[in-house]
Amino acid sequence: MNTIPKKSFAQKWHVKAIVWTVIVLALFIASCSVTGVDVGVFLTGFNQFMQIFYEMLKPDWSYVPFTVQPIIQTIQMALIGTLIGSIVAVPFSVLAARNIVTNPAIRGIIRFILNLVRTLPDLMLAAIFVAVVGIGPMAGVLTLAIFSFGMISKLFYEAIETIDMGPIEALTAAGATKTQVVWFAVLPQVYNHFLSYFLYTFEINVRASTILGYLGAGGIGELLQRSLGQFRYDRTAIVVIGTFIVVVVVDTLSNQLRERLQ
Amino acid sequence: MQEGTPIIEFKNVNKVYPNGTVGLDNINLTINKGEFVVIVGLSGAGKSTLLRAANRLHDVSDGEILIDGQSIVSAKGKQLREVRRNIAMIFQNFNLVKRSTVEKNILNGRVGYYPTWKTIFGLFSAADKQQAAANLQRVNLGEKLYSRADELSGGQQQRVAIARALMQEPKIMLADEPIASLDPRTTMMVMDDLKKLNEELGITVVVNLHSVSLAKQYASRVVGLRAGKLVYDKQIGDVQDGDFDEIYDGKNQEVKEA
Ligand SMILES: Nc1ncnc2c1ncn2[C@@H]1O[C@H](COP(=O)(O)OP(=O)(O)OP(=O)(O)O)[C@@H](O)[C@H]1O
Ligand SMILES: [Mg+2]
Repeated sequence: MNTIPKKSFAQKWHVKAIVWTVIVLALFIASCSVTGVDVGVFLTGFNQFMQIFYEMLKPDWSYVPFTVQPIIQTIQMALIGTLIGSIVAVPFSVLAARNIVTNPAIRGIIRFILNLVRTLPDLMLAAIFVAVVGIGPMAGVLTLAIFSFGMISKLFYEAIETIDMGPIEALTAAGATKTQVVWFAVLPQVYNHFLSYFLYTFEINVRASTILGYLGAGGIGELLQRSLGQFRYDRTAIVVIGTFIVVVVVDTLSNQLRERLQ
Repeated sequence: MQEGTPIIEFKNVNKVYPNGTVGLDNINLTINKGEFVVIVGLSGAGKSTLLRAANRLHDVSDGEILIDGQSIVSAKGKQLREVRRNIAMIFQNFNLVKRSTVEKNILNGRVGYYPTWKTIFGLFSAADKQQAAANLQRVNLGEKLYSRADELSGGQQQRVAIARALMQEPKIMLADEPIASLDPRTTMMVMDDLKKLNEELGITVVVNLHSVSLAKQYASRVVGLRAGKLVYDKQIGDVQDGDFDEIYDGKNQEVKEA
């Protein structure tokens, strides 16, 4: 006979779900009052938004040629940043993987570094790099490289931890060095994952780099900032449309490629 | 095989796993050059543990293991890799890199002969590439050189694994239940391949098997393990039918017919 296990009191009355809802609501109300968010401001702001939106409905098409170069620069920034970040991520991911590095101390240190890098917000990185290397695409590339590094290294070491250990044993038994084991038994198994993560991060970086430009880190975002500053919302519209097209095209291409990698 | 030049010597070898399980219990065993040794025993008897100690895929708790007179227990770094180079191993699950081509998989057996950087740049000598193709032909799969490993059947993958093992130009071939996931026909092919290496190339073969009939058919010597202890060791000519009851502790003879 099958007996259905009895639900405990907590399961029966969804105690967990109710408690969480109450906590989230309380936090929401508390943080509204602490930060002084006034829902009313949204409503007055909405009028202004409609005004800008109305002006944006008449895009200045003659501005299009000026956006081509910055858009290309945005894509280049994203590409180079992703490339640098992901290549540097490879050795770190290998060293962070539980099934490759058995020494918990080394793994611990590497993971600590990776966690640290991931906690840095990309906008803060951009602000710092603009201050250090000056306004321009270099700051954007460095920001995106570090952001990509943090993201890919985590995804990648988790992928490495799921590989088939058999080939590792086979290579070890054949007298391979550790590096040879990684090169011939580990990396071929996660190569597709790596390309997929690369494309995914590239997608995110194209989107991110449009915003980074706003901070002076090069690319299309600089035009966004300039046109807004000059109240030329007709030009802002062009920048927004251009950004939109680029993001959609990159996303679509990358999605298709990634599907093929499955 | 009575002339007897030792090639693998276990001396008072014990292995206790970190969780307290006794894997090997005071094993003393000398295997001579050119022998075809089949190790039998129930599941959990310690057959895999014994083989994996011989090429130090894991460490033993104490005792000494000599390969061609050299200790593998105390070998380090380059020295250990050079000892391992002489000991090929094939596995129940083949352990090929599935996404790589057959050729790459076979060359993987050769990396121990190269400095790391050369292998990373794929600088294998023309002679070794030739040899990879020849080894594949030896196991009758010559036309599969550029196929991806995961396009092959289990039996074909195991024969690729044998070709890879041959790239090591090994003196010893260890095989841990090499036929457990194969059908009867491919089982024969793989066992015949091993027999040929043993007879034609003089490679010492040590195979873990569950099948008593295969053991009797191919072995020159049968060794039995039970609960980590060596409980049986006879040349094939001296093996009696009733002997296996002893090894299997009165249980069904054909524990798992392959
Ligand atoms: N990594 C491990 N950790 C702990 N105990 C282990 C480990 N590997 C094997 N053992 C134990 O050691 C004993 C011997 O195992 P071993 O794998 O050598 O047996 P086997 O003879 O190869 O069995 P099978 O025929 O099922 O492959 C078993 O009791 C097993 O549970
Ligand atoms: Mg086993």
